[in-house]
Amino acid sequence: MGSGLRLSAADRALLAGEGGAAGRMAMRILAAMAEVYGAAELLDVVSAHVDGCLFHGDSGLEFAERLVAGGARVAVPTTLNVGAMDLLHADNFNGSPALAARATRLMRAYEEMGCRPTWTCAPYQAGHRPAAGDQVAWAESNAIAFVNSVLGARTNRYGDFLDICAAITGRAPACGLHLTHNRRGRLVYRLAGLPEGLLADPVLAPVLGYHVGADCRTRVPVIVGLPPATDEDFLKALGAAAASSGAVALFHAVGVTPEAPTLEAALHGEPAEREVTVTLDGLRRTRDRLSTGLDGPLAAVALGSPHFSFEEFARLVPLVERWPPSPAVELVVCTHRLVLSRLEALGWAAALRAAGVRLVADTCVVVTPILRSVEGALMTSSAKFAHYTPSNTGLEVVFGSLEECVRSASLGRVWRDPDLWGGA
Amino acid sequence: MTALRGRPLVAGAAAGAALVLDEPLSLWGGLDPETGEIIDRRHPQLGECVTGRVLVLPVGRGSSSASSILLEAVRLGTAPAAILLAELDAILALGGVVARELYDRAPPVLVLEPEAYRALRTGMRVTVGADGELAVSS
Repeated sequence: MGSGLRLSAADRALLAGEGGAAGRMAMRILAAMAEVYGAAELLDVVSAHVDGCLFHGDSGLEFAERLVAGGARVAVPTTLNVGAMDLLHADNFNGSPALAARATRLMRAYEEMGCRPTWTCAPYQAGHRPAAGDQVAWAESNAIAFVNSVLGARTNRYGDFLDICAAITGRAPACGLHLTHNRRGRLVYRLAGLPEGLLADPVLAPVLGYHVGADCRTRVPVIVGLPPATDEDFLKALGAAAASSGAVALFHAVGVTPEAPTLEAALHGEPAEREVTVTLDGLRRTRDRLSTGLDGPLAAVALGSPHFSFEEFARLVPLVERWPPSPAVELVVCTHRLVLSRLEALGWAAALRAAGVRLVADTCVVVTPILRSVEGALMTSSAKFAHYTPSNTGLEVVFGSLEECVRSASLGRVWRDPDLWGGA
Repeated sequence: MTALRGRPLVAGAAAGAALVLDEPLSLWGGLDPETGEIIDRRHPQLGECVTGRVLVLPVGRGSSSASSILLEAVRLGTAPAAILLAELDAILALGGVVARELYDRAPPVLVLEPEAYRALRTGMRVTVGADGELAVSS
């Protein structure tokens, strides 16, 4: 490869092994990837979020343990994404002891490198909130979308392995979304004729995100027409969905996200490559694509991808009180430790468990064997769960709003709110 | 026989029959590294096996764990012979870079010019040279 990459003296020292075997391996991988990106140099990052701690097979374990053996320590504050184990509740694991042992070993290896054991795909709701303009190196598709779009910090769409190499070296390739001009919106999605009620309902977020992501793929989308009061959980669900159907690492929502005070600002004053009108009909079709199963009996309901926030629990608790799950349906909610400890302090965790809800921390139902159901349909309000459930669990999936999910869990079969989507 | 070129992200020589995907694919939740099979239920090429084939796809999507799945597929011997992209996908390239670091072998990963990309059809025999040259015959 023709190398246009200029390394700093400190980068070259790491490459020469002056930071030990792990520093050398991390810098070697980082430099190779900087060439892939066509970056001219590396830049400093102030934090990292690492996704490599989820067990996918022995190769990932070999990689992490080689770094640990080489003396790896992270150079910047680094949070960890979900692992394959709920370390707080051993009975939430339904896989083999051999898998549990290796998955736990992998999680411990990342802890040994100095990463914080946050075990969440929503680190931005667990105290890790870089400031606007901060350069960071994050992995986990939904977290990347959130940190770029909602917080205005800057990362590329980093994958497993490069995340920890950036954390160890404190460096990332100076290219892509780290640079201002690449953060320009390219495609405009204009919401047209959506009912007011739908615009205010959290169910719109995953459907809209899935719709936009499938169309824009890797280009930065700009959404026009969301209410200024759109909340963080809505943007979280939108980004996670767009990063499942597409490779969206940054989106703008005019009047809502920090780099889009106006449409012109989001486009950096340049014309859009294309304008798309988002209609109710189009969104209904996308909503239908999120389901693979028919409305009928349910085996399970899963919530919390990305991990449920405290505010989302505040909506869930009264619904479960009114419509507790049927004993025939497993209702599982995935969240992180910080939220769980607040739920426990308030007595909400006990109330939910008493009603028959299973709370999962540190991990989630599509990344590791948690569900007891082996056939039938799973209902969810998350586009990310809807996207990955069929391949990762073998269950059919049915998408619905939070209330539809809770009431369906209570009935044991899918319940639909007749007014939610304008009557269709 | 047609000669085409690509930009190597992970350089190497390989050959195999092309498998052209109609849509982007997330390897995590999309490819089973144990079998090499495409398992994304909404993907048009669901059920196809990528092992030993020259995988041609527009770009990746979805999970940032695609690099992990590619690495695991290399370890298990189920990886494609080569990966040819229409657009740069750093996460797929990363899987190759780390596979070379750990196992000293990886499928070459290349980004093709639009013309070269459009010329490829499933079943064509593709030979990838270490310099990025492609030889294609039907």
